[in-house]
Amino acid sequence: MNKAAVHRLMVVDDSNVIRRRIERAQDLPGIEFVGAARNGREALELHQKLQPTIVTMDLTMPEMDGSDCVAQLVERDPLIRILVISALADKLTAIDAIEKGACGFLCKPFTDRQLNDALYKLIEE
Amino acid sequence: MNTESEVNVFVHSVLHYFDTTVQQVADCGTPYLALSRTPEVSDYTGMIKISGKREGVVFFTAPKNMLCIMLMQMQETDMSHDNLCDLVGEIANTLSGNARRDFGHQFNISVPSIVHGRNSTVDYPAHSRPIVIPIEWRTYHARLVVCLN
Repeated sequence: MNKAAVHRLMVVDDSNVIRRRIERAQDLPGIEFVGAARNGREALELHQKLQPTIVTMDLTMPEMDGSDCVAQLVERDPLIRILVISALADKLTAIDAIEKGACGFLCKPFTDRQLNDALYKLIEE
Repeated sequence: MNTESEVNVFVHSVLHYFDTTVQQVADCGTPYLALSRTPEVSDYTGMIKISGKREGVVFFTAPKNMLCIMLMQMQETDMSHDNLCDLVGEIANTLSGNARRDFGHQFNISVPSIVHGRNSTVDYPAHSRPIVIPIEWRTYHARLVVCLN
């Protein structure tokens, strides 16, 4: 484990390509990737084991979508910081995610820089 | 919104995907109406279905080699069938997201589906002719097909 890391990152997305891309692309000091989940239900199961402090969350996923998962994660851990990363680019979707407790919203597709900028804002705020 | 504007939403979605994800520009060729009612699909196809004010399908179809190189550009080393499906699914997901944003609630847009194989069939709406937009990237040729009535 990286002793300097203060933020534990869990990635939630039903796309393996996206999960691995976020894991590879995030390169901020102070963030340690601790695991990934394929849907909201799996994220809730892994939450206790991984104890993430920050989460990237897709919205459209099978079994449990990201919106419900955001609400349940925030209920369990009000200090958790969640960045929604979704192709649903309309304002209503972003507002709904923020109302459920997400701290930020990044539209897919994204560049590595956009991802790191969004993660930086997430941990700095 | 007229057909040209609608098609442009999808074209820009695909071109933007290349710009941001593989960080190399893709070019849009001259669109044409399909001579046959069923344009050929390539190895992997990501598709969304639209209903409401307009009905039809929109899909991005690409050869396996092109998708493998795209994954390599994304630093991905696993070129498995599942990851290739994931990639066309993500492109279709982008088409869906942008369509929801730009078309609003007059359109109902499905969750993306993925089909594999050049013999796959697509359910086109009756009395419609697909518009085919060639998408050129490096030496590869993909197609965006928009079929709305």
